[in-house]
Formats: sequence, structure tokens, C-alpha cells
Amino acid sequence: MNFHPFVIPFSIGFIVLIFILLYKYFSLFYRLDHQDKSKIYKGVFSLKFFKAIKEVFLESLLHRKIFRVNPLLGYMHTSLAFGWFLIIIGGTVESKVHSHMALKMPYDPVFFNFFNTDLSMYRWANEFNFIMDFLLLIVLSGVCLAFVKRFYSKAFGMKKTSVLKPFDKIALYTLWLIFPLRFFAESFSAGLYNNGGFLTGTAGVFFSSFLPLKNLLVPTWWAYSISLGAFFVALPFSRYMHIPTEIFLIFLRNFGVKTDKIFSSFTELEVLSCPRCGICLDKCQLLKSAEISDTQNVYFLQSLRNKQLNENNTFDCLLCGRCQEFCPVGINLNNIRISQRKHFFPENNNFEYLQPIAIATPKASVIYFAGCMTHLTPTIKLAMTGIFEAAGVDYLFLDKDSSICCGRPLMIAGEYTKANELIEKNKKAIIESGAKTLVTSCPICYKMFNEDYDLNIEVLHHTQYLLQLTEKQIIKINKTNKKVVYHDPCELGRGSGIFNEPRELISHLADISKIKEEKEEALCCGGSLGSVNLSFNKRNNIRKDVLSVLQEGNPDLIITACPLCKKTLQNGANTEVKDIAELVMQNIQNQ
Amino acid sequence: MEYLECLKYSPSKYFRHSKLKALINVNDIIMKQKKVIVIGGGISGMESSTYLTSMGYDVVLIEQKDKLGGKLLKWEKLFPTMSMGKDVVNFLNKGIDLAQVKVELNAKIINAVKEGNIFKINLDDGRVFESDAVLVTTGYDVFDARKKEEYGYGIYDNVITSAELEEKFLSGNDILTNSGKVPKKVGFVHCVGSRDEKVGNVYCSKVCCVTAVKQAIEIKEKIPGVDAYCFYMDLRMFGMHFEALYKQAQEKWAVNFIRGRLSEACENMDGSIMVKVEDTLAGKPLRMNVDLLVLMVGIVPSVGTKTIGKMMGLNFGPNGFFKSLDQHSMTTVSNVPGVFFAGCCVAPRTINNVFVDARAAALMTSSYLEGYDIEKRIQEK
Repeated sequence: MNFHPFVIPFSIGFIVLIFILLYKYFSLFYRLDHQDKSKIYKGVFSLKFFKAIKEVFLESLLHRKIFRVNPLLGYMHTSLAFGWFLIIIGGTVESKVHSHMALKMPYDPVFFNFFNTDLSMYRWANEFNFIMDFLLLIVLSGVCLAFVKRFYSKAFGMKKTSVLKPFDKIALYTLWLIFPLRFFAESFSAGLYNNGGFLTGTAGVFFSSFLPLKNLLVPTWWAYSISLGAFFVALPFSRYMHIPTEIFLIFLRNFGVKTDKIFSSFTELEVLSCPRCGICLDKCQLLKSAEISDTQNVYFLQSLRNKQLNENNTFDCLLCGRCQEFCPVGINLNNIRISQRKHFFPENNNFEYLQPIAIATPKASVIYFAGCMTHLTPTIKLAMTGIFEAAGVDYLFLDKDSSICCGRPLMIAGEYTKANELIEKNKKAIIESGAKTLVTSCPICYKMFNEDYDLNIEVLHHTQYLLQLTEKQIIKINKTNKKVVYHDPCELGRGSGIFNEPRELISHLADISKIKEEKEEALCCGGSLGSVNLSFNKRNNIRKDVLSVLQEGNPDLIITACPLCKKTLQNGANTEVKDIAELVMQNIQNQ
Repeated sequence: MEYLECLKYSPSKYFRHSKLKALINVNDIIMKQKKVIVIGGGISGMESSTYLTSMGYDVVLIEQKDKLGGKLLKWEKLFPTMSMGKDVVNFLNKGIDLAQVKVELNAKIINAVKEGNIFKINLDDGRVFESDAVLVTTGYDVFDARKKEEYGYGIYDNVITSAELEEKFLSGNDILTNSGKVPKKVGFVHCVGSRDEKVGNVYCSKVCCVTAVKQAIEIKEKIPGVDAYCFYMDLRMFGMHFEALYKQAQEKWAVNFIRGRLSEACENMDGSIMVKVEDTLAGKPLRMNVDLLVLMVGIVPSVGTKTIGKMMGLNFGPNGFFKSLDQHSMTTVSNVPGVFFAGCCVAPRTINNVFVDARAAALMTSSYLEGYDIEKRIQEK
């Protein structure tokens, strides 16, 4: 058996890491609720398991999503993660091929080149040397990029809100050291014994020309082993915990576990999985348009982990979901933020005085729920009622005279219990109406009805409903020759995945042109209910930037499908802003 | 010859001396009569050009409409005196006639630049006017109430603006709803487009509170038995006799004042308007039907103010009105030497204020033209 005292630091670190990880993940699993646990039991024995493996490969190792957003950043992550992974695999195979022993000490492949100096005896030695050197080169290039990124981003003033914690520092510095030290150690071995591949072999010859390699060899392997051991010990207490955690996250997510309203141990897993790549910073409009630079999710999750949340970093967020859309780890950022909001305000509203809307007979097949925001933009409301009349639909205007809020504003303020009170009241009226379809004009209400009401009827946003009416030729609409652009409302687009229906409906009405940032990338109008603290000044700056994107090609009309977006945009636009329903009503042919 | 020596330094003063005029042809003298262009023929433009002409300057008053008088032409009675707006217009017109001000009506300015110390103003008919000073009196527009879509202006027939109600008063016709009925309840919504961050206007428009009080009284006078409701945030009765008018509205006319900002208005089947408002004194949400809803629209910088300002490189303040050199001591002076302001292009003002302002601006303009340079004090800190 190969042994040298320098393997001890690595071995201790490795064992400590394994135990801590086992303990952490076991306790996280233990604290999951019953439902989530049963999802996991079922998931392990299903096809979902293989799907998860595929995703782990694509995301944890190849970092496909980061590549999509930023190829250089993607290469950095891939070279480090996938490169390291292949080095582990390659090293293991190499050591297996060499000695044909099934059981080996875990450190054997790591320090292979130290223990096996005479390689003439085994097959493919040169090939292995080449491969391992090549992989080392790739990882080293990743380390270089990480180096450059750290100083490059600092030079560009990327704000770091909190100082790295001691364990973060240890992990970071040791991570930077591991592969350069491996390079030196292997090169020194190669220089002494005249082996090694194109990288370590060449470097070995070079170093041997002026360095006393005999004296340096063992200390360098010691340093390599210590850096590995220290990294392993620091890892569970540092941000690098994201490396192993993301794998678990992917499995659990594939099994159907998710962060909903309550902060669970799965949420902890998500928080730990944040690699702090900073992609959320790039996508944040508050940073770009409103000069708010410390509340983005990379900092929010960090504060959450360090128990440093405050009102500002929890509430200053549009909840537009752009960062979530591009999060390479797929963390449910909005829900995590919302789950923390209730800690700042006691739920003290009293809604007992609200009476559910009384349903008059006869009952109707379609109910229309305009929503508070639509009541504040009556043109949309009138367009919808006009269309219903023209189409001859048997409908009931549920919140015509009196209405109860759908509950979404309370929900995003974290007041679930109170939101549920409102849900119950509205649900009663909806069920009583006996309708089969619920149509709403407000994407905020739509998301709420869809996700939190548990209704057994069809819930449609009016873009979907009007498209249905058009396609079934219940309404006939004229196409105008207007050049229009479409603004995706956050709650409808990213929030509910409705991107195509509005565009299809518009294509029946006008010529729709593409804009720079649309669909998943669409910008928030700035009117968001996500933050109530945001000043109007900042909101106006956000709106200004959105409008410059929308108005770039000088469209005749800006179309949106949300009363709040319409209201926000129209007070700053030089172009006319209309809801899609207004455009339909204007061009309807039915008598 | 003494006269001629004097003329070299300050010719304008002597032009009105008929004795001098008889002696020499002034235009032949080296020093020419100084010219002033006044842009905008509202109250401030009319009054300032009257004074400037009388002081001996060659003044041209440029107005884009076909008549002088500005917004006042559409106003019936004035607060708090209930005297007629047309009396003030007559007073102003008499001034124009007495001083024989040169007036250019229907004149649209397409460009205005300063070359050296001379201003060149191009009109759309191709004419170019030159002057030594420009007095900008481009005034205000009323807030576009459609921006507060939740109040239903432009959507519901029985939602009108305070300016439209005034025109109805002026026409002398009966005040009726859109369907021709006599209204039983009339609501007045204060602060529409004023003190409202959501529409980007954070300032108070100053005149709407007392206008609502005045119009509520007039409605009460004109329609016996009508109920009038004012929905306000707080009532700013800052002027002399305003408070008395407010008291009179409550005691004599029984106008109801409800403290609370309107959240929304919607139309009932019969065309009446249902308003939703929180009565913040009673602490209760309130719904009420009114037959006519009057929106007290605020004052915003006029389109002319914006375009002329851009042409001439004038500074705008955060609210979009012109920015004076100093808010206390130099309200009529702009950042461009030779350009002066008067009236509502600088801030919302009452008629009283505008008169004072117009005369003050005439004085400042004259001081500049005579080379007194008193306004330079502001730069010597």
C-alpha cells in the first residue's frame, strides 16, 4: 500500500467533509415535511431519477445555463467543475488500470504521480499522462479566469456588500492554490523521474534546470495535500457548499419538491445552492435604472444565510422574476424572498367586515373578474364588457359593483393567512356562480386564481379568452395596418408563462414588431406591487428605460395586457398605450 | 445737445418727451430704440407689454391664438370676489390700446435663438422678429385628466373638468348632465394632477381648492336644491378672503366637504357616477352616486412653455416649469441674459400674483435694457 505522511491532511479533510455533508443533508431531509418526503421516496424509483442525473450532468458539471447567458463565465465554471470532475474520474481509472486492485485508499488517485514513478510497466501510461495534463491545463485556465474575474469585476465597481467570512476566505484561497500546487507537485515529480505528459513533463525538465527538485518534492506534495484538506474542511461552512448542494437540489426538484409559501429545509437547500455567479445582478432593473445595488438576490441570499436580513434588502425588489428566469441553479428566488417578508410586519389586518359577493340568479357560464387594477383603468373594463356583449356570451361581471381583492398583494407581502381569508371569500362567490370559466383582465389576479385558489374551473386571462373567441370565430375582428409592440407583463409572462397567446391575438389585429428585450427577458414597467417602498422617482426611472426599449422602433401603439402596466406606461409614454382588450373592442365586427 | 448726450446713455427715457420728438427724428440718432418681444398674450403678456410699450420700448406681443386674453377668456367669475373674468380682460385690452402695443395674433414661433446680444424669433409665416430682450409669458395648460384614468374622464360622459364647468357657466346655459337632466348631486374632486406623485406632479397648483369652493357655491346658486360635495385632501385657503369664502360655502350654501382622496369612479346604468372614496375623518370607506363629477384639474407647464424653453436654452425646474435665477429674489429672471419670465410659466399663480409678476418683469426687462445690470447682484456672492 502506498503511504506517505503528507496524505494525512487530505484524508482528514476528506473524511470531515463526508461526515459534515452526510449530517447536513440528513438533517435537511429529516426536517422536510411528510409530503415532500413521500415525493422523494417515489421519485427515487422512477424515471425522474435519470432525468435528474442528466440535469446534474448538464448543469452542475457543464453549466449549460451559465454558458447561455455568458459564455466566458460559463467556460470558467465548466473548466473548474467539469475539468475537476474528469480529473477525479481520470485519476481513478488511471490508478485502477495501473494496479488492478479493486479497493484502494481514496488518496491514491490524488497522489498517483508521487507514488508511481516508474511508468514503463503499465499500458497507456503516455495516453493517461496526456489526458491528465490536458485536464489540468483546462482547470488551470479556469482558475486563471476566476482570478481575472475577481479583479476585473472589482475594477468595474461590482459592489460586495459583506466581507467574506473566514471560512469563505479559507475556501477561496485554498481553491485558488489546489491546482497550481498540483501542477508544481506533478511537475517536480516528472522532472525528477523523467516522466509526465506534455505539461508536467515539460515543466519538470524546465524546473529541474534551476531548482533543487529533490528538496522541494515532498514539501510541495505536502502543500497540495494541505490545500485540498483545508478546502474540504472549509467547504461546508463557505459559499462553496453550493457545489455538492446543487446536486441534491436537482434531484429533489426533479422529484417535485419546491419552495412554496413557507421556508422549508428544501428552501435552505436552495439558499445553499447559490453559487453567487452574479447573473441576477446583470438582470436586475433596480441596479440598472434605480441605483439600488444591495438587494439583488445574490446579496439577499447571502444576507439570509448570514441572518442579516433587514427591511430594505427584503422589500426593495420588483419581484419581476427576471433574475429567477436566468438563475443557472433555478432557485425559486421570488418565493424565498416572499417567505421572509412576514418577519417584518405582523399580520394585523382584519377582514372580517368583508362580505363575499352575493351571487344573483340566474347563473352564468362565464364569470368576469376585472380586478382592482382594472377598475382603475375603466377603458379595459368597458372594452371587456363590450366584447362580452358583442359576442353574446352569457356572462356575469363578478366584481362589478363591489369587489374583494384577489389577495395577491397580501401574498407578496408575505401575509399568507390574511390572503387566505380573502381567497376563501372570493372562492365562495366563484363556486356559487356555477360558472365553468373565470376570465380576468389582471395578470396579478390571474396568477392568484391559477395558483392559489384551487378552483375546479377553467381560469383564463383575457388574452387567452379573447384568442379563443377569435379562433372559434365567435368574434370577428378587423386587422389594422398599425405597427405595434407588445409589453409582456411580469405576472403574465414570466409569472404565468403566457407569452404566445397575446402575440397571436395581436397578430389578428395589427403588425407586431419585435423589441430588444421581450418574452422571458421582458422588462418590468416599474409599477410592480412587489415593492411598496420604492419611490416614485425610482419607478419613473425604471419606466423611462422600459419605454426607451418599447419606443425604439417608433411604433404606432404600445400594447400590453395588464392594467397596472398600462397605467404605469401611459403616464410616461410619447406613444399611445392600450390594453389588448381595447384594441379588440375597437376592431370588432360583431354587431 | 444736452439731450443728445443723454440719449447716448439712455435714449428710451426721452422718447416720450413730445418736445424732443418734435425737435429731432429720433430714429436717425446713433442709438436706436430698444426692442422687446413678449411671447404669449395672456394676462402677464398683455400687462407687461402694456407697461414696456409705455416706457418707450418697441414691443411686439406674439400670441398663437386669434385673440388676446389667454385662459381667462374661458373663465366666468373670479374667486374670491365673484367679479367677472371678462372685466379683467377688458382692463387688459384697454392697456394694450392705450399704449398702442404692436400685437401679432395667430403667430406660431418655429424658432427662437440668441445671436450675440440680439434675439431672433422666426414665425411659421417666414417673418423674423429681432429684439434686444425677450419676455416669456407662455403660461400653463390644465392637467390632462385622462391621465387619472380611474376618475373616468374621457370615458364617462358625466365626468367633466373644472375648466369645462367654467365654460358651461360662461355660456349661460343651464347646467345639465350629459343626458340633459338637472343634476341632483354634484361632486368636486380636488387635487386632480396636483400633489400626486403617481402622475409625476408633486406640487400644489394653488388655485384649485378655492376654485372648487367658488364653483360649488355657483352650482348651489344656479341649481336650487342640488347637493354639492367636495372631496379634498386638505383645503389650502391661503389668499385674502379665501377662508371667508370657504366658511360661506359651508354655512350659507351647505356644501359638503369630505376629507378623502377619490380612489375611483365608475358609471352606473343611468349614467350617474359612483365614486369610491375613503372618508378619512370618519375613518370609513364611502360610496356615493353623483350626477355630475367635476375634476379640479391642476396647472401644468404649457406646451408653449416647453417648446419655447427648449428653443432658447432656458432652464427648467424639477416640476417642468421655468427655473428662475433665484426663487426668492429673481423670480422673473432666466438663466439666459436678456430673457425674462412672468406669470404661470414659472409656477402656478393666481390672477393677482400674475399682475404683480407681469409688472415686475417689465421693470426687470427695462433695467436690463438700460444697462443698469442690477440683476447681476445674484451672481456676486
